[in-house]
Amino acid sequence: MISLILIFISALFFVGIITKVKAKIAARKMPSVFQPVYDVLRLLKKASIYSPTTSIIFRIAPLIYLSTVLMATLFIPIGTNKAILSFEGDFVFFAYLLAIGKFMMIIAAMDTGSGFEGMGANREALYSMLVEPAFFILAGSVALFTDNISFNDLFLNLHIDSNLSYIIGIAAIYVLIYIAMVENSRMPVDDPKTHLELTMVHEVMVLDNSGFDLALIHIATWLKFSIYGSLITNFIINATWTWYWQIIYFLGIQAIFAIIIGGLEAFRARNKMEKNPQWIIMLSAISVVVFLTALIITQKIILN
Amino acid sequence: MEIVLFYIAIILSLALFFTAKRAQYFLAFSLHSIVIISTSILAVKSMFLSSSELNIAFMPFMGHTLNLHIDKLSAFFILVINFTVFTGLIYAKDYLKPYLEKKTKTEFALHFFNFLWLHISMLLVVMLRDALAFLIIWEIMSLSSFFLVIFESEKKETIKIGIKYLIQMHIGVAFLMIAFIWASVHSGGDFSFDGLSVYFASHNPFALFFLFFIGFGIKAGFIPLHSWLPHAHPAAPSHVSGVMSGVMIKMGIYGILRVLTYIHHDLFGIGLFILIISLASGLIGVSLAIVQHDVKKLLAYHSIENIGIIGIGIGLGIIGLAENIPVLTVLGFGGAILHILNHSLFKSLLFYTAGSVYSKTHTRNIEQLGGLIKKMPKTALFFLLGALAISGLPPFNGFISEFLIYSGMFKSLHSATLFTDITIMFSFAGLAIIGGLALFCFTKVFSIIFLGNGRSQKVEHVTEVENSMLIPNFLIGIMILLIGFLPIIFIKPLSQIVAIYSGQTNALQQIIPTLNSISLSSGIFIMLIGILWLLRAWQQKKHIIEQRATWGCGYTGANPALHQYTATSYADNFVQLSSHLVQVKKKFTDFDEDEIFPQEREFETHSSDVFEDNIVSLPSNKVLIYMKRIAVFQTGKIQHYLLYALVFLAVIFVLTYFNLI
Repeated sequence: MISLILIFISALFFVGIITKVKAKIAARKMPSVFQPVYDVLRLLKKASIYSPTTSIIFRIAPLIYLSTVLMATLFIPIGTNKAILSFEGDFVFFAYLLAIGKFMMIIAAMDTGSGFEGMGANREALYSMLVEPAFFILAGSVALFTDNISFNDLFLNLHIDSNLSYIIGIAAIYVLIYIAMVENSRMPVDDPKTHLELTMVHEVMVLDNSGFDLALIHIATWLKFSIYGSLITNFIINATWTWYWQIIYFLGIQAIFAIIIGGLEAFRARNKMEKNPQWIIMLSAISVVVFLTALIITQKIILN
Repeated sequence: MEIVLFYIAIILSLALFFTAKRAQYFLAFSLHSIVIISTSILAVKSMFLSSSELNIAFMPFMGHTLNLHIDKLSAFFILVINFTVFTGLIYAKDYLKPYLEKKTKTEFALHFFNFLWLHISMLLVVMLRDALAFLIIWEIMSLSSFFLVIFESEKKETIKIGIKYLIQMHIGVAFLMIAFIWASVHSGGDFSFDGLSVYFASHNPFALFFLFFIGFGIKAGFIPLHSWLPHAHPAAPSHVSGVMSGVMIKMGIYGILRVLTYIHHDLFGIGLFILIISLASGLIGVSLAIVQHDVKKLLAYHSIENIGIIGIGIGLGIIGLAENIPVLTVLGFGGAILHILNHSLFKSLLFYTAGSVYSKTHTRNIEQLGGLIKKMPKTALFFLLGALAISGLPPFNGFISEFLIYSGMFKSLHSATLFTDITIMFSFAGLAIIGGLALFCFTKVFSIIFLGNGRSQKVEHVTEVENSMLIPNFLIGIMILLIGFLPIIFIKPLSQIVAIYSGQTNALQQIIPTLNSISLSSGIFIMLIGILWLLRAWQQKKHIIEQRATWGCGYTGANPALHQYTATSYADNFVQLSSHLVQVKKKFTDFDEDEIFPQEREFETHSSDVFEDNIVSLPSNKVLIYMKRIAVFQTGKIQHYLLYALVFLAVIFVLTYFNLI
């Protein structure tokens, strides 16, 4: 339960910190950390406008999208704070749950009958397909390393102590950060602040969502950031630490994660569209390295 | 008792030819019902009530009695066949209505007769063990499905496809025949499945298994043996494609599973072989599916993908046996066998709904459709259900079987050897990509057919299909949700089938707590959606919900249909990525430099199947060149033919004279 509350709290700040960092770097006046929350609160009060082209799919998709992300938060432990739902192979369920949300958002974008949204939907479908193996190979490496296949036990038994296991930790965190960027459609795959429909991916998909529905989509985005931040935290914090250290570390790491994203977005340009697939496949290659390292640590590959 | 009913149905099948057109369907329906009831009773008996296999004397055959053997595996297949054929039959009633005037009484009789015999032959395939009887019934299955495929025989293309199908099936049966004869000659065992155990006990099993794999693999549609499948399914009427794709291709899987029960040593190579072929089938099948415009062809390629997923489960199960990792065996086979059932459900559902769209719009080209969800809401909903299930998404049935395979892989990582670990890593990465590509493909096909605006006049006057065509969808939908939400009720029978391979009856039971948690999670998920729905309904009560046109950069003048993404453009970025595998040819004329007022232009794309082109078309075209040269002898003049006969006699005479023959 504590982990759930922590995820929700960090979700509230996350996007606010990113915007603040970006504004600071660009030497603009900084908005409040709570500005995204105010925006969403305003949107929650508004009515939605629907296009006559759309059908029930468009109306139900944001609900399902948020539900999948809310469900996904239930599977995330933080250190020794257990997740609410946990079973063997829950990370498979987790990945497929996020996929169902994506499925609905993609067909909702296609439902509007707009060429722009079709383009965005199509890109999102391709990128999320390409990023899938990276997540599974990473999860497989950790499963191989710890002989556990649920998030709870994976992270409880994950001890990064020897030299080689630092490679696992660092590479895993690197892959996770970029998986988070792809899943949330941020730099370098997608630029949320671009002004042209043709160059957007995720933003263009939700062009026609408004009011309450748009608020739900924003909330889902925050939660997704927070979820991936929690996964990264779990690679760093050690289960033997006392609970308050774990919480302090969690909040600290989430803040650092948000600052890193803000920095990345401020300094980096977006990849060329046609380079994106290669770039995403690279993440799978790094996860294969993680897998091989895990094989060496478990002494299946014997080095002399 | 049950077997007597079975005889009656077989004999009465001839009566279809002497019945009036209107009554044919009802006669066929009652005969199918008799077959379904009689065999389902036997299957249920074998599956739940008896611990050993049922043996029933069927008929005298070549001087001995032919027995029907129903073990758990056969019983499972019988139930799957019966369910799918039953739904197909209900669907056929109104689907065939438009053909009533075009087709003669005999043509209809032939169609129903063959549908019944396809049903009967599939049932007998899973029950017979005698090799000769098996091959005969296998042949009847191919023949009856051939006649079903060429139902629309007035189209020249359909006949061509049918012949192609028939030839490939015969290549398959030739391999099976050679395999059985080989085994029987080399071991002296019976000419039957049970005789195989003698051969496998004393020989390296791979060579013989390879022959069987080709024979059964052509039916199942493993790549590169698949090239009949994407042609035959679109050509056949939709209830036939549903049954063919749902269960008939699974007869190939049955054959492989049956042969595997007799092999007990040197399994690793076989497992790896199945796994590699299956991964290739899964990946290539779904990649080729993405570029199709013909909805039924697309679904046919997805059958290849799903056969691949089933094969991945089987291959991993066999590797588990070879490497002595029980958890991999149990979950691999468990996932594969559950996926056989799952695929028969969602694939027939997708074919029926695609058939409903075809019967209303008269086109299978998805580029001409669009916006059908408003005109056919129920069909659209069922198609969506099928699409979500086939993409392996929770809380539907496709997820459960893929989950079993995934958890088998992840659980065995720690205890497996290095080579197995790397194999497993490629398998789950492959399975993840297959899942992602299936999602890519089904978001495309669902949204192009059902969402947005209509793309041609063909969708203008479309109405929802008759209720009788929705009944099978309801039945299948209930099964999909049942497996998705309450998988544990299927685990007990499943674990008994898996026990044939793993030897432990209760091994699959260990997954039950996990499946319970999945059911719980699915329940919470649905509840969350419900809560959010109510919340929004409450919030929006105070507001007026406006309707405004879709955002088009402020430009609203253009034809809304032309503004949309098409299937070709949706597939395009994937095509660029995988250009070696998926070859798409574009055909268009470029604009001239001095063409100030552009004329109307056409843009065509054609996708080609690399494997079909290089493995089937290329060699057969080469052979055809030589055949045409030989054809100079065929002059059509009787004098020449008499001359050939004379030359032949002279040659025989000379050869005999010199004792050469």
